Amino acid sequence: MENFTPGSALAGGALIGLAAVMLMGLTGRIAGISGILGGLLPPAPGESAWRAAFAVGLVGGTLLYRAGGGPLASLQFSATPVTLIAAGLLVGFGTVLGSGCTSGHGVCGIARLSKRSVASVATFMITAALTVYVTRHLLGAG
Amino acid sequence: MMARILASLSAGLVFGLGLAVSQMVNPAKVLAFLDVAGAWDPSLALVMGAAVAVTWVGYRLVLGRPKPVLTESFQLPTKTAIDARLITGAAIFGIGWGLAGLCPGPAIASAAYLQAETLYFVPAMLAGLFLARRIA
Repeated sequence: MENFTPGSALAGGALIGLAAVMLMGLTGRIAGISGILGGLLPPAPGESAWRAAFAVGLVGGTLLYRAGGGPLASLQFSATPVTLIAAGLLVGFGTVLGSGCTSGHGVCGIARLSKRSVASVATFMITAALTVYVTRHLLGAG
Repeated sequence: MMARILASLSAGLVFGLGLAVSQMVNPAKVLAFLDVAGAWDPSLALVMGAAVAVTWVGYRLVLGRPKPVLTESFQLPTKTAIDARLITGAAIFGIGWGLAGLCPGPAIASAAYLQAETLYFVPAMLAGLFLARRIA
């Protein structure tokens, strides 16, 4: 556990929670990223600007962190381009089919004590951990 | 309308800042959590725990009000059944998440690092979102 960062994990998690509460309290929406993005594909009249603004904010918040001298200098990827494309397709397709991702189910849904969200999170945690086990320890990649 | 867009932008900014501060924007950090048989890093569990705790308290405060500050109603999910579609979708998502270490929020936020990998993952993810909305 040499890479465990409890302080920044708790602080960052609290910010994510604050953002979810802001979006609900101000606009009445669940802060689920796959749902927010999916609603743009295709865009619906009067429902697009706030979704795009949230996505711009996600990038902007990370830029603020970098501009403020945040210690994470670069991102470390281990997947090849082909794997990244396949993974992106699976993430996009699966989150629409399953009505949410780590934010919508994992944060907002669990906070609402939704049984659907608990089932979703348990499922994607298991398949994600199994995938990492297979790729890292059985196939020896990344 | 403008106020709603600014509120959404602000929430996105705070969310993106949280993803960066917690390092969840970094795939290696996420994969280290998912790699329970390797050098396990429990950080992601604390990120989710803190996010859920703040959201749980905050939702109790705001959902007790008659309506949101800027719109007419709270839009909450109404489905309650745990069906095959939910579980299949979550299973497929988890496989993609485990392959790349990216889920939708960090994938978008990663654009702030201007690294080529984002250009492979994000368009594919958007294509997957589009495809599933068309056919699934």
